[in-house]
Amino acid sequence: MSEVKKIATRESYGNALVELGKIKDDLVVLDADLAGATKTGIFKKAFPDRHIDCGIAECDMMGIAAGLAATGKVPFASSFAMFASGRAFEIVRNSIGYPHLNVKIGATHAGISVGEDGATHQCNEDIALMRTIPGMTVIIPSDDVEARAAVFAAYEYEGPVYLRFGRSAVPVINTDPDYKFEIGKGIVLREGTDVTIAATGLCVSGALEAAEKLSADGISAEVINFHTVKPLDTELLAASAKKTGRVVTAEEHSIVGGLGGAVCETLSGICPVPVLRIGIQDVFGESGPAGALIAKYGLDGAGIYEKVSAWMK
Amino acid sequence: MNILELQKMANEVRKGIVTATHSAKSGHPGGSLSAAEVFTYLYFEEMNIDPARPDDPDRDRFVLSKGHTAPGYYSALAHRGYFPVEDLVTLRHVGSHLQGHPCRQHTPGVDMSSGSLGQGISVAVGMALSGKMSGKDYRVYTLLGDGEIQEGLVWEAAMFAGHRKLDNLCVIVDNNGLQIDGSVADVCSPYPIDKKFEAFNFHVINVADGNDMEQIAAAFAEARTIKGMPTAIIMKTVKGKGVSFMENQASWHGSAPNDEQYAVAMADLEKVGEALCQK
Repeated sequence: MSEVKKIATRESYGNALVELGKIKDDLVVLDADLAGATKTGIFKKAFPDRHIDCGIAECDMMGIAAGLAATGKVPFASSFAMFASGRAFEIVRNSIGYPHLNVKIGATHAGISVGEDGATHQCNEDIALMRTIPGMTVIIPSDDVEARAAVFAAYEYEGPVYLRFGRSAVPVINTDPDYKFEIGKGIVLREGTDVTIAATGLCVSGALEAAEKLSADGISAEVINFHTVKPLDTELLAASAKKTGRVVTAEEHSIVGGLGGAVCETLSGICPVPVLRIGIQDVFGESGPAGALIAKYGLDGAGIYEKVSAWMK
Repeated sequence: MNILELQKMANEVRKGIVTATHSAKSGHPGGSLSAAEVFTYLYFEEMNIDPARPDDPDRDRFVLSKGHTAPGYYSALAHRGYFPVEDLVTLRHVGSHLQGHPCRQHTPGVDMSSGSLGQGISVAVGMALSGKMSGKDYRVYTLLGDGEIQEGLVWEAAMFAGHRKLDNLCVIVDNNGLQIDGSVADVCSPYPIDKKFEAFNFHVINVADGNDMEQIAAAFAEARTIKGMPTAIIMKTVKGKGVSFMENQASWHGSAPNDEQYAVAMADLEKVGEALCQK
């Protein structure tokens, strides 16, 4: 097997902004003193006049982005997920969500894979927070290919979008030449009959790995990539749940309010089946290398496999 | 409009504030009345706007950062012709386009939703920056309360506006001296307001009587001449201005007149109107 290419989705975000910036004059990028880390620095280098550094003032950055959107620009406002969704939550809710302005929030360093910086910077709550805002679209790309496609789709879509990117390099998995990204449409990556694994973000590759191992044990797992958690592809989810009768959710996010929450809320109404939520188990993170943390918190292929096979017994 | 016509219009705007809050049985008359002259001057004299083309990309923009004074804003917009004055009695009623705080999707002429304090100035800064980036010459105005400037976000926005030399931005502070819990000086003093904005690289204009139309006109004329930095106009006003029993009373920040009080308030304003007609 040839070596799998790995790239962090924040890097994909910066690259996609440059690509888009070349063809879209109304695209502007905002940052709050983290251009090097969020990778909007790549855009800044190419288009210095369209890169706005707001300083360490995430709330103000969101307000400025709202003003830019209200006057015809398409702003991508970037910071770490913790600050973009957490510190600036109320500005995002009242000055972007309520007026339904065309602001794209590029949130990087989401989840526990932030690594060494530890719990203060590991945002495991952003999907939950952003999902509660009426009219907000929430997208969590699983790899480089999907991140690029998501940035392009977010630009074309009229309305607020929250894009969640990671700090650490993740394998490129969406190599299918027929790969097509559509906001709100889940992608079946592997068909199965015994259990559905609904995954998002970096857990998608782990879910595929787990499905492979489960298959060796005689368990047929269906793997669906829900890159959009809001609006959730309820039709695809319900059809799969009906077929398999069991659903596992896997995400680099709290089991409270993220994909797991969205799946339970949806299925309880239209297709109630047992659901196992794999994610951060309602705890804060800690310092350590990203890979070690992903393994410790059971979000890699081995972790997902272990939990699913124990649950299936 | 000449000064007398503007004064008469401000009095009509006040009647709309009293009528709307009376009908709503809630709302914020005090800070709406203190800013009646500013609302009137902006919409009838200062701003390049046309009610027939509320989406004109080249129009001047206004963001009511102190969004709770929507009754004053709505009254000015209605009298300016964005929607019928009769709509004012629907304020805060179920199904009305006049929400308790401004909403851009609901109300014709409203450039930005607001109400959560501190956010409006930040959005106005974004609009001003956008104009500069696009080479447009529209101006952006935003009205803040003096209590509102206790919000930290106001100063994040001010720092950015000063840094970017946004001379198309005009920040107005309605310094009526009162907030919900009492005097701004007692609760958590924002003074000196002028020196704070100066320190954030604003050109500051102090208006001794922000309910005096001539002083307001002079301040906005001066603001237009300022290049290379944003302007902050600090207006000393009277909360509840024009309604005898509401003047300088913090208790009228967020409560509405009952039927009896409504009659007294409207009689007060009728008297002012008659006096202006004698001029």
